[in-house]
Amino acid sequence: MLFGEESLEKDVYSACGSDMMSDVLAFVKDQAVLLTGLVNPQVIRTAEMMDMNCIVFVRNKIPSEDMIALAKNNELVLLATPLRMYEACGKLYTNGLSGGKCNE
Amino acid sequence: MSEAIKFHFDVDGENFTSAGEASVQIKQKLRQLGFAPDIIRRVSISMYEGEINMVIHAGGGIADVTVHPEQITIVLEDHGPGIADIELAMQEGFSTAPDTVRSLGFGAGMGLPNMKRYTDEMHIESELGKGTKLTMTVNVNR
Repeated sequence: MLFGEESLEKDVYSACGSDMMSDVLAFVKDQAVLLTGLVNPQVIRTAEMMDMNCIVFVRNKIPSEDMIALAKNNELVLLATPLRMYEACGKLYTNGLSGGKCNE
Repeated sequence: MSEAIKFHFDVDGENFTSAGEASVQIKQKLRQLGFAPDIIRRVSISMYEGEINMVIHAGGGIADVTVHPEQITIVLEDHGPGIADIELAMQEGFSTAPDTVRSLGFGAGMGLPNMKRYTDEMHIESELGKGTKLTMTVNVNR
């Protein structure tokens, strides 16, 4: 748990995983959770543009202070895990968090 | 709101960190003006992609947004290298962005196709060595 503890009660129903923000902007529709191994401020901004609620940083990536400040402005929850992308996605998926709809 | 409201932004080409700030501001303004979430998302994603493009490829530029109750128009203008082959640039996956840009999570060749997907009209004027002008329109009541 990196940031946004007060929003932990919010429900989310779908997620996506990508290190390419271009693809997130292109294919994501209503997914509320983004799993990524990319760490720069545009990750937060992309999540904001897509009206997401939560970012999970995989592979032990930790966001910088300015990223956390940006997340604060947008009421985003930031989480981090040592798991790699495939495993982190798999864990959430098997526990009921679907991939949701794709924006074709 | 019966008359058009205009917003102007200078997009800093030197600063990748601040790229997207104009789009964030537009998103907030449209929210204040009471536009539907779907419209707000389409406008802000298209503008964000355009802004990122101007920072990656053109050393920045200017963004002008005109907000009508029925229509929102975004004009992005830069003095960058221009687009050699617009048809090719419109293909999904085609990108001239260097690896440094890809390592930042962009440059997958989805920017322009994505902007076209999210807007109702898109027009590109580009001249090599002079720059590019991109006009996008989102109709509020489709």
